[in-house]
Amino acid sequence: MPLLEQVTQSILAVNGLQTQDIDRVMAALLSVPVDAADIYFQSSHFESWSMEGGIIKEGSHSIEHGAGVRVVSGDKTGFAYSDRIELPILLEAANNVKAIVRQGQQAQRQIEVAKSWPQLYQPLNPLKSLEDQAKIDLLKRVDSETRKLDSRIEEVMVSLIAAYDSVLIANQDGSLAADVRPLVRMNVTVIMVENGRREQGSMGGGGRSDYSFFLENDRAFEYGREAVRLAQVNLQAQEAPAGNMTVVLGPGWPGILLHEAIGHGLEGDFNRKGTSAFSGRVGERVASDLCTVVDDGTLVGRRGSLNIDDEGTPTENTVLIEKGILKGYMQDKLNARLMGVKPTGNGRRESYAHLPMPRMTNTYMLPGSSDPDEIIRSVKKGLYARNFGGGQVDITSGKFVFSTSEAYLIENGQITRPVKGATLIGNGPDVLTKVSMVGNDMALDSGVGTCGKDGQSVPVGVGQPTLKIDGLTVGGTSV
Amino acid sequence: MQNQEEINRLKNVVQQLLDEAKQQGASGAEAAFSVDNGLSVSARLGEVETVEYHCDQGIGVTVYFGQKKGSASTNDISADSLKETVKAACSIARYASDDAYSGLPDAELLATEFPDLDLNHPWDIDAEQAISIAIECENIARGYDKAISNSEGASVNTHQGTRVFGNSLGFLQGYQSSRHSLSCSVLAGSGDAMQRDYWYSVARNAAGLESARQVGEKTAQRTLARLNARSLSTRQCPVLFASEMASGLIGALIGAISGGSLYRKSSFLLDTLDTQILPDFVRIHEQPFLRGALGSASYDSEGVATRARDIVSDGILRSYILSTYSARKLGMQTTGNAGGVHNLTVEPGSNDFAGMLKLLDTGLLVTELMGQGVNRVTGDYSRGASGFWVENGVVQYPVQEITIAGNLKSMLRNIVAIGNDVDLRGNIRVGSILLEQMAIAGE
Repeated sequence: MPLLEQVTQSILAVNGLQTQDIDRVMAALLSVPVDAADIYFQSSHFESWSMEGGIIKEGSHSIEHGAGVRVVSGDKTGFAYSDRIELPILLEAANNVKAIVRQGQQAQRQIEVAKSWPQLYQPLNPLKSLEDQAKIDLLKRVDSETRKLDSRIEEVMVSLIAAYDSVLIANQDGSLAADVRPLVRMNVTVIMVENGRREQGSMGGGGRSDYSFFLENDRAFEYGREAVRLAQVNLQAQEAPAGNMTVVLGPGWPGILLHEAIGHGLEGDFNRKGTSAFSGRVGERVASDLCTVVDDGTLVGRRGSLNIDDEGTPTENTVLIEKGILKGYMQDKLNARLMGVKPTGNGRRESYAHLPMPRMTNTYMLPGSSDPDEIIRSVKKGLYARNFGGGQVDITSGKFVFSTSEAYLIENGQITRPVKGATLIGNGPDVLTKVSMVGNDMALDSGVGTCGKDGQSVPVGVGQPTLKIDGLTVGGTSV
Repeated sequence: MQNQEEINRLKNVVQQLLDEAKQQGASGAEAAFSVDNGLSVSARLGEVETVEYHCDQGIGVTVYFGQKKGSASTNDISADSLKETVKAACSIARYASDDAYSGLPDAELLATEFPDLDLNHPWDIDAEQAISIAIECENIARGYDKAISNSEGASVNTHQGTRVFGNSLGFLQGYQSSRHSLSCSVLAGSGDAMQRDYWYSVARNAAGLESARQVGEKTAQRTLARLNARSLSTRQCPVLFASEMASGLIGALIGAISGGSLYRKSSFLLDTLDTQILPDFVRIHEQPFLRGALGSASYDSEGVATRARDIVSDGILRSYILSTYSARKLGMQTTGNAGGVHNLTVEPGSNDFAGMLKLLDTGLLVTELMGQGVNRVTGDYSRGASGFWVENGVVQYPVQEITIAGNLKSMLRNIVAIGNDVDLRGNIRVGSILLEQMAIAGE
């Protein structure tokens, strides 16, 4: 299997290790009775380029590698890692972490790790997909084309980043799984001034691809055009309303609603521990019957997609909510075992130096049947929110927020004027029960999402069709 | 207590990098090397949950070819890797543009005095001992009241590290520091009425941590206080930011007067130097040399000497927060703030927390904020909040699922009072802050 060989070569062989050495470390881990053990090897290459003030201002490059060693016994986890991939160090780490096991079951063979799985992305090195000069030229062209769009533009910032990540995961059942994960991202921010008023617009995108992604379909220049459009809209924006009102969310990135309002609350760890507002609610109605929501790590080339998760489990398309009924949670191995269900390929970690936990991949709502214009026309007075910044959730109380970066008033079925950014706040377990119309225009985001949990960041995706929510609190200043 | 041997080991590596940069033709270079070792344990429901051994190192180099700059980093300190890392930085510098403002700091601004700031107190504790502290802390929180229904556990963290920085102007310095923390989080109530809160203590010296009992009790009290929270109707009212929230407000101010935001013209406080941005009773100053404090440092991340100085006095902005690069862009001199501020201190007023509640009289006490709804360019502010409704200086009931909104420019100008209940757990030291009025959106 070429991918496994490629990764074994690039992580083990270059450090003078062989697969037999993995067996020795695993044998040390399994000298006590444990439920699970794994060794996670990683090698990462990363680069970034940034342009501002019309010049290539900064570039950086980094190479990191290391290995994390974990044992699990019941709900107890021992973990150590090192940036030196050397046998004596891995053996010492193994001896340290197994001290957590006082009594336990015999190590069990758990799941059959597939020996092959679909390739959702090519094992490309994006850093090498363009000559450095061509990367610079692309940045400069995007900068100059964007500056031409509006005389009110005061500053343009363009950034380009790429990561090339190889992982090798050894499980206690003797399986070895490998993945090579490219990831690219580009971002354009403009600052515009008119009559002393200064506003910003920002747009970006990316995916598990190489730099050619930005050359296809004119994407790089489209980010510039969109950033300018957003700044133009914001220059016209007036005070946002305050209070509870009907909110229509646009398609695509506004799907961050799903990520915050229900996604985190449906992660297996919180539900095993009973700390989520959704705990124990499988089979219950948590959304209107117009809503079907999935977490799908198997989409080709998407930012949140993975061939296998960080425990070696192939990713899946997991139905979270079907026609309004809660169907299940997102699981890693530990929480799946303790809850007596199957892992869903959601065991993710930021790096070898972090423990895996249940995380989202690409979370989105399936399309409905309403025409988006008809949805707007149905609203007498409300807010139409088309773009968002970040969000956050308290999984226990269920309260969540997300902040608009492009929003308009709807008056008598018409979009009238733009309003300033405002935070929307709601309650996760009931916000989707207020969804009264779902558009036929399902879209995924452009590939910019990063999710934080317990101090660990991982790339994710979101998506949704246009949605109408009958009542959400809008945090404007106009009381 | 500083282990000079370990500092010297890191210095040698940094010097190698600087030498290699020169070898490869760089006209200037700077490099940093940090090593961090730690232990984190967590306990939940009376038993150990995780034991994690941390061992991180990272090395970074920035090279200059005249006015062109490139950076690279790695966690592999083998000789080959160091060479490759310098090569990668040099290769980037070749493609970077000439930037008239880029380069090393002015030599005369580099730090020359290195007082012992009492930052290094390794905690002699093993996993078993750390686990027993975490278990004790969680037990206290869980046993505090029958209404405590579940737990996210308690954790003990201890980290100790060495950091060395050098540049081709001959600066080569290093120091060791430690950081320990104890935290706890529990739940109260059930079903739709479930609430969760947490508390933590952090210090350079474990002897300065709050006890397991203090952290456990505070966690339980904070969680219980949130039960039966309700929303508020949409209104305008005075808002008191509890001290742990006030640091975020001051953080937004610091972001807006930082060089990077200013030269990019993405700040709501552009061109405000020597003008009134806060009420005249407000003083904000930096105290880099506080012994044992979390933000202390005698030099910044470029080796420039830090200085104890006023940033705001009599409500007037006296100084921006600048690095060498942003200072040159603005035609000014660096303030020794590459990498951030050092124990930024808002001079406390005369009221304790109870006094601040009396001053608030009737309004909202904010104890938690959610989301990132702060626009640094315009100052527009809109965030999710929870806390307590207060009448006549007395807490009435907990509130949640509301937002608070305003514009930072006027919010800062309309600060009514600052408490002396200073939160010392971070790099920004400030008491609770009372604002005249904000817009509240709710049910």
